[in-house]
Amino acid sequence: MKALSKPWYVATLEWVDARFPLTKMWDEHLAKYYAPKNFNFWYYFGSLALLVLVIQIGTGIWLTMNYKPDAERAFESVEYIMRDVEWGWFIRYMHSTGASAFFVVVYLHMFRGMMYGSYRTPRELIWLIGILIYLTLMGEAFFGYLLPWGQMSFWGAKVIVSLFGAIPVIGEWLSTLVRGDFGISDVTLNRFFALHVIAMPLILCALVVVHILALHEVGSNNPDGVEIKKKKGPDGVPLDGIPFHPYYTVKDIVGVAGFLIVYFGITFFAPEVGGYFIEHNNFIPADPFKTPTHIAPVWYFTPYYSVLRATTSEFMWVVAIGTVLLMLLYWREFKGAWRLVVPIATLALVGGYFTIDAKFWGVVLMGLSVLVFCALPWLDRSPVKSIRYRGPLTRIALAVFVVSFLVLGYLGTKTPTIALTRAAQLFTVLYFAYFLLMPIYSRIDTTKPVPERVTH
Amino acid sequence: MSDDVDKDRRRFLTVTASAVGGAGVVAAAVPFVAYLEPSARTKAIGGPVEVDISKLQPGEKMIAKWRGKPVWILRRTEEMVEAVKELDDRVVDPNSDNSEQPAYAKNELRSRKPEYLVVEGLCTHLGCSPNLVPAGAPDAPEAGWKGGFLCPCHGSKFDLAARVYVGMPAPTNLPIPRHQYLSDTRLLIGADEENPA
Repeated sequence: MKALSKPWYVATLEWVDARFPLTKMWDEHLAKYYAPKNFNFWYYFGSLALLVLVIQIGTGIWLTMNYKPDAERAFESVEYIMRDVEWGWFIRYMHSTGASAFFVVVYLHMFRGMMYGSYRTPRELIWLIGILIYLTLMGEAFFGYLLPWGQMSFWGAKVIVSLFGAIPVIGEWLSTLVRGDFGISDVTLNRFFALHVIAMPLILCALVVVHILALHEVGSNNPDGVEIKKKKGPDGVPLDGIPFHPYYTVKDIVGVAGFLIVYFGITFFAPEVGGYFIEHNNFIPADPFKTPTHIAPVWYFTPYYSVLRATTSEFMWVVAIGTVLLMLLYWREFKGAWRLVVPIATLALVGGYFTIDAKFWGVVLMGLSVLVFCALPWLDRSPVKSIRYRGPLTRIALAVFVVSFLVLGYLGTKTPTIALTRAAQLFTVLYFAYFLLMPIYSRIDTTKPVPERVTH
Repeated sequence: MSDDVDKDRRRFLTVTASAVGGAGVVAAAVPFVAYLEPSARTKAIGGPVEVDISKLQPGEKMIAKWRGKPVWILRRTEEMVEAVKELDDRVVDPNSDNSEQPAYAKNELRSRKPEYLVVEGLCTHLGCSPNLVPAGAPDAPEAGWKGGFLCPCHGSKFDLAARVYVGMPAPTNLPIPRHQYLSDTRLLIGADEENPA
C-alpha cells in the first residue's frame, strides 16, 4: 500500500506527466538547462525583454477595452483613458514607457551579442531569429504609434508609408494597399489597429518561442566565448554549467527589480521623457492639413531615419565610390565567373545610383542598415568569439559602431541643417564601415589565447 | 497484398497534390490581398470635389480637401507670375518633364490659367505639407527669395509654380491633380473633360 501514500500533488504531477511532458519541459528549459556560470550584467536583457513583452501584452489588452480605432474618436478615447478611466493613465503610461523600454532592452541585448560573438557558430540561427523579432518589434511599434491619432502619429505614418512610394513601378500601388486609402485615414487607422493588437503580437510571441528553443538546443554563449559543452563531467553535465533554475532565475529577479525601479520611475514621474518617449506634438489631434514644423520618429527609429535623410543626390557619389572600393577590396574573394559578374553588377548598381532618385536609394540604405545585422555571423572572420580575447582593431571598430549608432540617433531627432546632414553622412559611412570592413579587420586583428574553461 | 511501394505513383500523387494545393493557396490569397485595396466607399469619397474660388484675392492661397490631401489654389499676382519666369535656371525640372501633371498643366507656369496654380500640397520627398512663404517674408529661406513654398520637414524649396529648386531632397515638382474650370468661379478638382468622374 506504499504507492497510495504518495502526497496528492506528486500523484497529480505524475498523472499530468503521463499525459503531457510537463516535468520534462520544466527540466529541459529550467531545472536541467545548464547555462555557463560566468554570466554578467549584460545577460539580464534577454529575460527583461521577455518581461517587457508580458507587460506590453497585459497593458495592451487592458487599453483595448476602452480604445476606439476610429479616426473620429481615437484621440478622444485615449484622453478618456487618461482622464476618466480608473487608473487609465497608469495603464497607458506603462504601455507607452514599455514601448521605449522594449527597444532599450533589445538594443542592449543585441549589443551583448555583438560584444561576445554570440552570433557566431553554432548560434547563427538564434541571431537571425533575433533580427526577425527586432523587425517584428519595429512593425509593432510603428503600427501602435498611429493609434493615439495625434499629429506625430499621423505625420510619422504618412512619411513612413510614403517610403514605399519610392519603389519603382509598384510603389504607388503598394502604399495605397498599405493605407487602404489614397491618404492616411480612418481606414488606415482601423487596419493598423488590427495589425498592432493581433498580427504582430502573435508573430512576436511565436518568434520568441522559436528564439528560446534554438538557444536551448545549442546552449548559451558567455562573456568568454568558450563552449562549455566541450568540458563535461562524468555525469554529462558541462563542468562550467549551472542549472538555470534556481541560479539564474534568482539572478534575473535582481535584474527585474533594478529594471522595474527605473521603469516605474519613468512611468510615474516622467512618462514623456522630455518628448523622447511621447512626442509633444502627439498631444494635438491629427490634422491632415497642417504639418507639424518638425517631424521626427520616436527615438528608437531615429538612427535609421538619419541614414534615410543622409542619402541625398550628392551622397550618391560617396555610395558609388564606396561600392567600387568594396569590390576592389574583396576582389581576391571572387573566383571564376564571379570575376565577370561582380564588375558588371557593380557597374549596373553605380549606374542605378545616378538614374534612380536618391530618395529610392535612401530607402534602400535605411533598409540595409537594419538588415546588415543578419550578415554578422558571416562577416566576422576572427578565430575567437569574445571581445575579451580580441585585439584593438575590433574594440575600436565596435566603439565606432556604438558612437555612430548613438550620433545617428541623436541627429535623427533634429531638424536638418547643412552641417548636421554632413555629420549624418559621415556617421552613415562609419556605420556601414563597421560591418563591411569586418571581414578584413576581424581577420588581421591580434588575439589573446582563449582559456579552456570560463573565467570568473 | 504486396508490400512493394509504387514509388512513381507515390511521387506523382505527391507532386499533383502539392501543385493543386499550392494553386489553392495562391487563389485564396487573392481575396485577402484585394480586401486591402480601397473599398467602394473609400473610392467614392475620393471622387472629385467642386470648389468656389470667387472669394480668392490676388496673392492668396486657399486649400481644398481632395482624397484626404490638401490641394492648394493659389491666385498669382502679375509679380508672382514674373517671379516664376525668372527662376527657370534655379529649378530642377523647369518644363516638368519628369513631374506628374495632366498635359494641359505641363508648361512653365504649370497651370491651365496663368493666374491660378492648382497643386497637391504634399512634398514629393516624404509627403509633408510645405508652407507658402511670400517674397520678403521674415522667414524667407534665402536672400532675394522670390516667393514660393518651403517644406518644414526637410527644407525642400519650391517656386510659385511648385517647381522644386536644384539640390533639394524632393526629387520632382509637386504633382498637379486633374482639374477643370466649370465657370470663372467654380473649379472641379479630381476630374477633367477627358476623365469625368
